[in-house]
Amino acid sequence: MGAPEKMLAEHLDPALLDQWFDQRFEAKMAEREAAHVPSLSIIATKGTLDWAYPPFILASTAGALGWDVSVFFTFYGLELLKKDLHLEISPLGNPSMPMKMPFGPQWLKDINWHIPNVVMAGVPGFEKAATGLMQQTMRSKGVASIDELRSACLEADAKLYACQMTVDLFGYSQDDFIPEIAGWIGAASFLPQAQKSDVCLFI
Amino acid sequence: MSTNATQTLDTRGMNCPLPILRTKKTLSAMGAGEILAVTSTDPGSLKDMQAFCKQTGNELIASSANQGEFEFLIRKS
Repeated sequence: MGAPEKMLAEHLDPALLDQWFDQRFEAKMAEREAAHVPSLSIIATKGTLDWAYPPFILASTAGALGWDVSVFFTFYGLELLKKDLHLEISPLGNPSMPMKMPFGPQWLKDINWHIPNVVMAGVPGFEKAATGLMQQTMRSKGVASIDELRSACLEADAKLYACQMTVDLFGYSQDDFIPEIAGWIGAASFLPQAQKSDVCLFI
Repeated sequence: MSTNATQTLDTRGMNCPLPILRTKKTLSAMGAGEILAVTSTDPGSLKDMQAFCKQTGNELIASSANQGEFEFLIRKS
């Protein structure tokens, strides 16, 4: 037993001391928890219209909740930071994607068109058509556009980082991207941020 | 304290997460203690608005559902 503990033990009832400590500890922890700003880190790696939604929905919502948000866009995810978004969706090799008409009478809209992969792969413009239909469905269901969600992220001060290596790899120029990018960084810069965040997602 | 809305927000027809994003935006331009009335048609907003208020410390004074429409009264903290 060290000298301070010895002195305390001589003057204080250890049981009372324990009780005091427990109470103080609880109060201090509650104080810290109340002052804690939650944080979210996302690694966005996909560049299709469907995969663009999860990172932007989560990031913009976390921003609205007052969280600190940072998103690291790497590989195909970089598409989501382009000034002009040309995101497409491919039903090819995606058996979970319902293929429904966004217009017409209800009985027509309810049909799920099962189109064989070989047809999707063989028909020129199939992805363009699927993308158009998906965009129309989203509009009619009141789902936000990716542009809108991205702006919401920026308004909420979410930090959007671009992977410098991918820019070099795909031969992009920094001018192709929105000017609000928080930084052109690599894994070594993003990981320490992700380490400290409460929620970290790879999308 | 009065529960008359100082401002209203119509998010009918919008889907997740737009009602929350618009609510947040509208609230941030309002003063403490003022009340915002939000209407929505997104069934998810019933749970989401509760979670939003709990997390942001704003007070959800009332929420009601009526034939596919939802109404929320939020007092800004």
